[in-house]
Amino acid sequence: MTIHSNRRAFLKGTGAGLVIGVMLPAMAKAQQKSGAMAALATDEIVEGTFAPNAFVRVAPDDTVTVLIKHVEFGQGTYTGLSTLVAEEMDADWGQMRATSAPADVTLYANTAFGIQGTGGSTAMPNSYMQMRKAGAAARAMLVSAAADRFDVPAQEITVSNGVVSHEASGQSARFGELAEAASQIEPPVDPQVKDAKDFALVGTDVPKVDSRAKSDGTAQFTLDVYRDDMLTAMVVHPPKFGATLASHDATDALKIPGVVKVEAVSQGVAVYGENTFAALKGRAAIKAEWDESGAETRSTEQMMADWAEAAEGDGKEVTNKGDAKAALAEAATTHEVTLEFPFLAHTPMEPLDAVVEIRDDEAEIWMGCQMQTMDHGAFAKVLGMPQDKVTLNTMLAGGSFGRRATGDSHFAVEAAEVAKARGKGATKLLWTREDDIRGGYYRPLTVHKMKGGLDADGAITAWDHTIATQSIMAGTPFEMMMKDGLDPTAYEGAQELPYAVPNHRLGWAQMESPVSVLWWRSVGHTHTAYAVETFIDELLAKGGKDAVEGRLALMGEEQAREAAVLKRVADMAGWSGQKGFGLAVAKSFNSYVAEIAEVEDRDGEPHIVNVWCAVDCGVAVNPNVIRAQMEGGIGYGAGAALYDAITLGEGGSVQQANWDSYRMLRIGEMPNIEVSIIESEADPTGVGEPGTPPIAPAVANAWRTLTGERMATLPMVPIAQV
Amino acid sequence: MAITFTVNGEERRVDVDPDTPLLWVLRDELRLTGTKFGCGIAQCGACTVHLDGTTRRSCVTPVSMVEGAEVTTIEGLQSPEARAVQDAWVGIDVPQCGYCHSGQVMSATALLEGNPSPSDQDIDEAMAGNICRCATYHRIRQAIHTAAKTLEG
Repeated sequence: MTIHSNRRAFLKGTGAGLVIGVMLPAMAKAQQKSGAMAALATDEIVEGTFAPNAFVRVAPDDTVTVLIKHVEFGQGTYTGLSTLVAEEMDADWGQMRATSAPADVTLYANTAFGIQGTGGSTAMPNSYMQMRKAGAAARAMLVSAAADRFDVPAQEITVSNGVVSHEASGQSARFGELAEAASQIEPPVDPQVKDAKDFALVGTDVPKVDSRAKSDGTAQFTLDVYRDDMLTAMVVHPPKFGATLASHDATDALKIPGVVKVEAVSQGVAVYGENTFAALKGRAAIKAEWDESGAETRSTEQMMADWAEAAEGDGKEVTNKGDAKAALAEAATTHEVTLEFPFLAHTPMEPLDAVVEIRDDEAEIWMGCQMQTMDHGAFAKVLGMPQDKVTLNTMLAGGSFGRRATGDSHFAVEAAEVAKARGKGATKLLWTREDDIRGGYYRPLTVHKMKGGLDADGAITAWDHTIATQSIMAGTPFEMMMKDGLDPTAYEGAQELPYAVPNHRLGWAQMESPVSVLWWRSVGHTHTAYAVETFIDELLAKGGKDAVEGRLALMGEEQAREAAVLKRVADMAGWSGQKGFGLAVAKSFNSYVAEIAEVEDRDGEPHIVNVWCAVDCGVAVNPNVIRAQMEGGIGYGAGAALYDAITLGEGGSVQQANWDSYRMLRIGEMPNIEVSIIESEADPTGVGEPGTPPIAPAVANAWRTLTGERMATLPMVPIAQV
Repeated sequence: MAITFTVNGEERRVDVDPDTPLLWVLRDELRLTGTKFGCGIAQCGACTVHLDGTTRRSCVTPVSMVEGAEVTTIEGLQSPEARAVQDAWVGIDVPQCGYCHSGQVMSATALLEGNPSPSDQDIDEAMAGNICRCATYHRIRQAIHTAAKTLEG
């Protein structure tokens, strides 16, 4: 399969602004008018395509293709960014196509990071003006071209649904008809974007560009890339974190028909098969010895005890407002909790995979790549090629939830090493589910120790808090984002409370382990929102206050947006402090989300019946996508809080292996969800992650009102003994 | 070993290790890539195909088992139920990352082929074997109801 063979030719020349007649494949015309649905782009590019900038292509067949610099892994960025371009161009939604931009930091950097990459729920916020301007520039050039052709002043021209018109003279032309002429127009320096009040597409539920391809099996993921003479490789990985390969014996593996090669690589032993099954069988037949001298040998139980001991201390100072310890000593009532959070694996549906094809002096890679600039550099370095000889195609990715964004590019390094050891030709590296679940890069195991004080009137006077957890950033290129030795991902969400508490201390006890850790959908908020929102709920209850009114009373002017989502969600759920209802509110990734969960006790386990969710994420570019992200974020957070833990047994081996022992939320466990979006004219903020933080504490708070039990250890449902 | 079976109405002959899971024969040999790999142990349903009309996890089905059988993959879905399911999926934008949805659509189609008006509980039971990490579950439920209504006429 050579699905991307034309993409490179297409994209090579696009850096310099105006482009570009690429050769004309005969098929292109057949693609035109393939229905009135926006869609994924095909790769054919036709002569006379208008390329006003790095993001927009207008083909003579009237299709407008948007090059998306972010990976599409379910968050809807293909649709969202295409909507912005279509809006500013006054295009018809049906003519829009989306495709992945190449890896090129000079053109496609995330303006929030300075490198090309996706994460931190920034895809829409960092692209909002950039994509609008890209669309506005294209529109201005098409209008100029039309003015020349119609011989009328540009300001008398209107554009609607992809048609450029001059009413007085009755002349009009479609975008496609103007594409070639527009290519001769100088791009505007600072194109004018629309007033929000004139938006026609932004704020509406335009249909997603990729729903059809993702419902009929035609959407192409990395797994679906097949190249001529491609080998499939699997790697035998160390059984413990920090262990390294001492020796291996490939004799039995090489006897298996279809196994063509075995090579030691830094990550373990690579087995190459003519097909996937040969690689699987070959891998199972490898005998390997490991050097475990640097390995983590503690069990989860031992680590939890070590973390809890560290949390008894103050840790490094993060927040110190007033004097929390003195206030605690003077408090009329005190309340203490220790909360335990396990390691969590992300387990995206598509396991990690990549195809690397090495040719004479260049290489091409297909991967659902989330950090293009870093992975691109890693591929080039390992392959020993200049970066401009290494083409990185970002594929649709079957989920990520943070897993594909690694500071050390470990998977790119492994794929490159495995391909290099094979030599010329194409190699697909495929991780199995077991590799994924046992492969580390987990949400860090974390312990929170919290002490609160109330005065005689039930007002909260003291909040003393230490978080023991590993750093996600330390030792990676992201370390440059740390200040004063503090990694904000360890405590974000607990640093500043949305509640007026006069004496507040937060400390971070930095823990160390060879177990690799990573951001997991909503990062630090996965545990801080739980800690803050269950603790405030308990303190309010102790002070005899309602969970909604009590929170609102502690919110000031600066918390107007938190208060608004809280009030909205309370209205939606008909909140009256009912038993079995619990709420939580959290600001994350600059968005504000409040959720109320209605929970039932089913044989001693919580079952979430309903969830109401109110979100303020600024301008709602596509409300349907935002609702979908809230639904998905709630389901993702709920599943983990209810059922999931990665645990290390005696000696340090992971006890889970696949989805039989790492339990996933299934359809019968999914609550009904109602989402309401706060109307806003503020610039858009994140939606991929902010739905996740409030759900676990909302469920815990509901469970406490229902049963009187506090859920201090996650997951809520004890995991099956392995 | 040569094995002959029907895929999407066409007779195919493959010469592979008879233990090879049907999933990898469909993908690696026949290049029918709509059927996905998720777990390899029949836990997630991403590899769901129809075998003689009923759902089957192709990742745990040795290809030797399908000798002479009729296999339908997402690429070969043609029934009115399948069309209604896929249109309903698109209509409310069910997929997010999309990776599991070949399997979801296969399971939903089989459900409607056997039960034209499933209840929520029927849906939960029929779809329990299909994991979606994006948690599109309640749209799946809604889309199946929509498809059932469409088929009623």
